[in-house]
Amino acid sequence: MGEILKNPVAAEKAAKGKNARENSGIRAAYQHHIWKKLFFMVFLLLLTLFLSAFIITIGPLDLSVWEVYHILYNELLVLLSTLLNLIFPNSFEVIETPGNVVWDIRFPRVVAGLLAGFGLGICGCVMQAVLKNPLASPFTLGISAGASFGVAVAAVLGVGIIGGPYLLVGNAFLFAMLCSLFIIGLASFKGATSETLILAGIAVNYLFSSLSSLFQYFATDEQLRLIVSWGMGDLAAFSWKNFPLLLVIFLICIPLIYLKANDLNLMTIGDESAKSLGVNANEVRIFTMLLASLLVATIVCFTGTIAFIGLVAPHVARMLIGADHRFLLPASGLLGALLLIASDAVALNIISPTTIPTGIMCSLLGVPFFIYLIVKGKRKEFW
Amino acid sequence: MVKLKVKDVIFGYSGTNILENVCFELGASELVSIVGPNGAGKSTLLKCIDRILTPKTGCVSVEEKDLREMGRLEVAKTLSYVPQSTVRVFPSTVFDTVLMGRRPHLSWFSGEKDKEKVWQVLELLGIEALALSSFNELSGGQQQKVLIARALVQETGVMLLDEPTSNLDIWHQLDVMEVVKKLVREKKVTGLMAVHDLNLASKYSDRIIMMKNGKIVAIGSPAQVLTSENIAAVYGVEADVSIQAKIPYVVPLKQLEAF
Repeated sequence: MGEILKNPVAAEKAAKGKNARENSGIRAAYQHHIWKKLFFMVFLLLLTLFLSAFIITIGPLDLSVWEVYHILYNELLVLLSTLLNLIFPNSFEVIETPGNVVWDIRFPRVVAGLLAGFGLGICGCVMQAVLKNPLASPFTLGISAGASFGVAVAAVLGVGIIGGPYLLVGNAFLFAMLCSLFIIGLASFKGATSETLILAGIAVNYLFSSLSSLFQYFATDEQLRLIVSWGMGDLAAFSWKNFPLLLVIFLICIPLIYLKANDLNLMTIGDESAKSLGVNANEVRIFTMLLASLLVATIVCFTGTIAFIGLVAPHVARMLIGADHRFLLPASGLLGALLLIASDAVALNIISPTTIPTGIMCSLLGVPFFIYLIVKGKRKEFW
Repeated sequence: MVKLKVKDVIFGYSGTNILENVCFELGASELVSIVGPNGAGKSTLLKCIDRILTPKTGCVSVEEKDLREMGRLEVAKTLSYVPQSTVRVFPSTVFDTVLMGRRPHLSWFSGEKDKEKVWQVLELLGIEALALSSFNELSGGQQQKVLIARALVQETGVMLLDEPTSNLDIWHQLDVMEVVKKLVREKKVTGLMAVHDLNLASKYSDRIIMMKNGKIVAIGSPAQVLTSENIAAVYGVEADVSIQAKIPYVVPLKQLEAF
């Protein structure tokens, strides 16, 4: 120490050495921070897969784990040989399997939960980013209320864009998209702030809720039951028939949204700053909102109003892995999927054989957990 | 050599013009301040130069290249803009915030080269230790440095700064201004900043542009622009201007009644 004090060159060297040590320390911490995020994503993925594999083994009907997986194995073989026959006709024998609860009810329900949860989580995340508002979600923007109104119209008046078994679904989709397009149309106006859009969304929400209530007021008992049960949100409505459409919409929307992950990061710093960094904020907002709306409309028209996932999943993900959308988007999706299948499993089994609609259980379980996180997270400045 | 040229820029909404025929030129490695009362059009001018706002008429060019003929990304590689610091709804870490400045240069992935540039800039500004802190947890001065760092990794020749010292105490005002000066001297950046504090502008600027009602009233060295007459005409304030350490020092005395 004495030498350093006497010799300025030695002092400078020592200071540089100290700086270098500190700098390598922070760089190592950064690398550690990135690895932690990646590790967390893998953990979430494995947890989701494990939970899905577990949920499929439980249900009101008493089946052993071995029986469940045996049935699943046979069904997957049938599916595989059917698919291969499409490519190489008549080269595989397809064995008919009897209808069963695992393949016809439990498995599609878990798949529906995974897809709907994943999609709603991602859509909530996109909406919060482009509107720079923690309150944004498919529900607060009135998209779910629009879908609900579409169902009420179909149930009471029997009027819809497509008839037959898709009357309800078609109407839900149409009105959900109408609400989204209204919000997006507002967004493309000059001077429309994110607050304007949220307020317009809430207003639309009230408007369609009132219109739905009006229809409910004049509905017969049976029509009323249909509207109310749809509004509660339930995965039971989903069947294999809906799967191809949902998958196609997923495969179009999610990769396109994910390609915009960097731009979504920039959207959170404000339109002017985003512009100065080379991103046209309005274009990104309209493009990603269109994709998210299409995804939400497709999901809610099959599952009904499951409001909570789109709001909560992105917030929980943000608390856990930060605000970088390259990680945040998939994490929001995985957490949404996880929350939805877990809530659905509880809803199915808690007072078995009676089942509770998924949407109700989702909010009942999610809200206390979310409030705990808000109170805890506020101290760390997540918002 | 002329680095930035602003020619006949007019900007306004519907009938009213906020900027009227603004013309000036900036040399390479020059630091110029824009001063003027609230609503004079200082921030609007910076935004028009960066094409965040589109002027009605007029031309902005950097090294003879007209910005109107460039795409958004090309403009972002030519000019960088440091906004006033605000609290963000969804704050990211300091490192991620600065990495955003690489957006005009990156593809979807941020490579090691980009990350290394971020580290170098953080080190240059002495904020490397804050890399993993959340942007909202920083003090005003630190936030301003982070925003400057973000503009710096854009690697542009011209940096526009919108009131970089507003809301800062005097220690941090000097700290931020020293950083800006260092960039101009060492990195050969041309700096144009809107600033309210006349004495800071006087101390750090090579030249000062004085604006009122969207027009340039005076342009020149601090001693040429910061005179009692100009200050009275533009701000409506009687001021005592003395020369200290070869630069003008302004002490506002009282408001002029007939203003």
